[in-house]
Amino acid sequence: MKFLPLIWKNLLRRKVRTLFTMLSIVVAFVLFCVLAAIRVAFGGGIEVAGADRLLVIHKISLVQFLPESYRADIEAIDGVVDISHQTWFGGIYQQPSNFFPQFAVDPESYLRLYPEIVLSAEEREGWLRNRAGAIVGRSTADRFGWEVGDRIPLQGALWRNEGALGWEFVIEGVYEAGAEGFDTSTFYLHHDYLTEGSPIVRGAVGLYVLRIADPAQAADVAAAIDLRFANSPAETRTSSEQAFLQGLTNQVGNVGAVVTAVLSAVFFTIVIIAANTMVQAVRERTGELAVLKTLGFTDGGVLALVMAESLILVGAAGGLGLWLGHALVGLGDPTGGFMPTFLMPRRDIAVGVLLVIGLGLAAGAVPAWAATRLRIVDALRRV
Amino acid sequence: MQFLSQLAAVLGLTLRTLPQRAGSSFIAVVGVAGVVIVFVAVLSIAEGFRAAMTGAGSPDTAIVMRGGSDSELNSTLELETTRIVKDAPGVRRSGGGAVASAELFVVVDVPKRSTGTAANVPLRGVEPEAFGVREDVRVVEGRPFEFGTSEIVVGRAAAGQFAGIGLGDAPRWGDSAWTVVGIFETDGTAAESEVWADARVVQSAYRRGSTFQSVYAKLETPGAFGAFRDALGDDPRLNVMVERESDYYLAQSQALHAIITTIGSGIAALMAIGAVFGAINTMYAAVANRTREIATLRALGFGNVPVVLSIVAESVLLCAVGGVLGGLAAYAGFNGYQTATLNWQTFSQVAFAFLVTPALLAQGIAWAVVMGVIGGLLPALRAARLPVATALRES
Repeated sequence: MKFLPLIWKNLLRRKVRTLFTMLSIVVAFVLFCVLAAIRVAFGGGIEVAGADRLLVIHKISLVQFLPESYRADIEAIDGVVDISHQTWFGGIYQQPSNFFPQFAVDPESYLRLYPEIVLSAEEREGWLRNRAGAIVGRSTADRFGWEVGDRIPLQGALWRNEGALGWEFVIEGVYEAGAEGFDTSTFYLHHDYLTEGSPIVRGAVGLYVLRIADPAQAADVAAAIDLRFANSPAETRTSSEQAFLQGLTNQVGNVGAVVTAVLSAVFFTIVIIAANTMVQAVRERTGELAVLKTLGFTDGGVLALVMAESLILVGAAGGLGLWLGHALVGLGDPTGGFMPTFLMPRRDIAVGVLLVIGLGLAAGAVPAWAATRLRIVDALRRV
Repeated sequence: MQFLSQLAAVLGLTLRTLPQRAGSSFIAVVGVAGVVIVFVAVLSIAEGFRAAMTGAGSPDTAIVMRGGSDSELNSTLELETTRIVKDAPGVRRSGGGAVASAELFVVVDVPKRSTGTAANVPLRGVEPEAFGVREDVRVVEGRPFEFGTSEIVVGRAAAGQFAGIGLGDAPRWGDSAWTVVGIFETDGTAAESEVWADARVVQSAYRRGSTFQSVYAKLETPGAFGAFRDALGDDPRLNVMVERESDYYLAQSQALHAIITTIGSGIAALMAIGAVFGAINTMYAAVANRTREIATLRALGFGNVPVVLSIVAESVLLCAVGGVLGGLAAYAGFNGYQTATLNWQTFSQVAFAFLVTPALLAQGIAWAVVMGVIGGLLPALRAARLPVATALRES
């Protein structure tokens, strides 16, 4: 502790150099936060998927429909506690670039399956009562300035409203996320209202979502469901919600790998810059270090001094970077709706802190090692 | 004149002493190269995707879908509609028939090689004329499929990215078994991500009755498009949307292109800030090492401007070298790298190759030069401002 003033003086010796090195480290960690959030966003909510929810889709492909009659059959299978369904609506609000996801659902059971959809009691009642009613998440409501009671026209790209020019919905509720990172960009409407306007969908749903009694039995329940419908006209594939979302993410491409590659490039660059600064800083002080050693500092003592200097430099800058980056990510989705779950999970913050420490050690290692190897006579002789 | 000769002298001195500062100069070069690699690599994804999509469309081909659909996946056309479309004016004819193909577009699950998880691969049901509409499609291995059978041909890119659909494989989708009898190529465009089969067979396998999803029609000339569209638009029996094939694919590539470009430029900009700080440090160190040398020059009567310029020039040179190295590394490492992603409009996979274009390389090197100017300016001004007497005394 008593050597802190010495370390401090050393850091301030070249204020400009210290400042710029710190700034480049700050930038690296801001980037780390942003990339972590991008990775989560492309994961599309895998981090927050419910472990006790399974999804049942058509075996050929997600875009094929399942008969509505499967509901009773699935419910009868051991281990299934609750069931609901959802169907992609695919409407366009004004123009295609105003994209947000829309699903036709059975409201009552769907809200039971997804307690993450938080509505006030009045909003919930209002939606259940009004077949033409819809609820929408906070982020989409804010994006278009919608409020409860607004009438929203949607152009049906997938389903035409027979006997009407288009679809119109009344916003009955704006839901909030009940869990951190739950997507609040989705728009939910009554499945009954969809089949009424577009009879072609009657008797079919996009996929089933169900709750099981024990997440540990997920594989058994899934196998039982798929076996139940084997060799029927619509065979099924059942997976956990998490596995389903992971599969969807894999389709987009390996964003995780791209992010990791970019971060490696960034950190490799920054480690070199920071280490170079430390090497220069120590080389300039060769004479002083020799004096310290003459005064009785051990090799270990000199090593500790240099490492402490590096750790303080990187720690302060990295901590600031993490804090700034976290705040930046907290501002929300920069693309306006494309990345609804733009957030930084706690695990990534922990990883960031470990990276700060690792970077501090790596940057200090070379000069510290050089400092311990210093022979007093040689060093003092050097001018 | 004197100014120029001064500049040349100082610049020469700077460059000749560069090897003495190899270590710290190397750091600046590596930093800038890192930024340029990331910039070029990320943006080459967007370029590659766009090239695959735009190459897929030809201006003298029209695509007809149900009115209000934004992609083939959402569209349905009755058999009668497809006949009317094929008889419309402006459609090219050969051997008595229209060069037009009514098609189905469905999605099947095929495991992606890289992850092993299921991916949505487009299965296109076509009519015999499809090969006349798309002149660039050629079967390069095996043979074309027989119409009326459940044989399929697979695009080269699809066969590379997805497992179990190589020549001779027999994939099972739903309750029908298919046989891969050929591999086709189209110069790397989006069609190469598709699997093709007989439209009638797809209709029965997917219980589509006699309906189709789109009609691809070859026009007499690109200019015939207007008349063709108007004729279909005025026909009271029809409710269809007509687009040029090239516009249809261009529109599909735009959203993803914009997102990748935004994210890629953002990341590169942040990285550039970090690397500029690194470059500034390097140049400060360079100036500090040469304090006495620079002061001597100024004492001899060299002006401030040549001194400043020479330092900025050194910085620009280092960063440009970094930029070129980074660009070359990105080209060597990523150009032509095959991958596949989900096209949200059709909810199916598009295989494409990363494409490092000359324009991207130029942009990357331009970034590097800008970083060099910024990185060199502050240290250069400091060198010019230091009083000569103090500087000469410095050890």
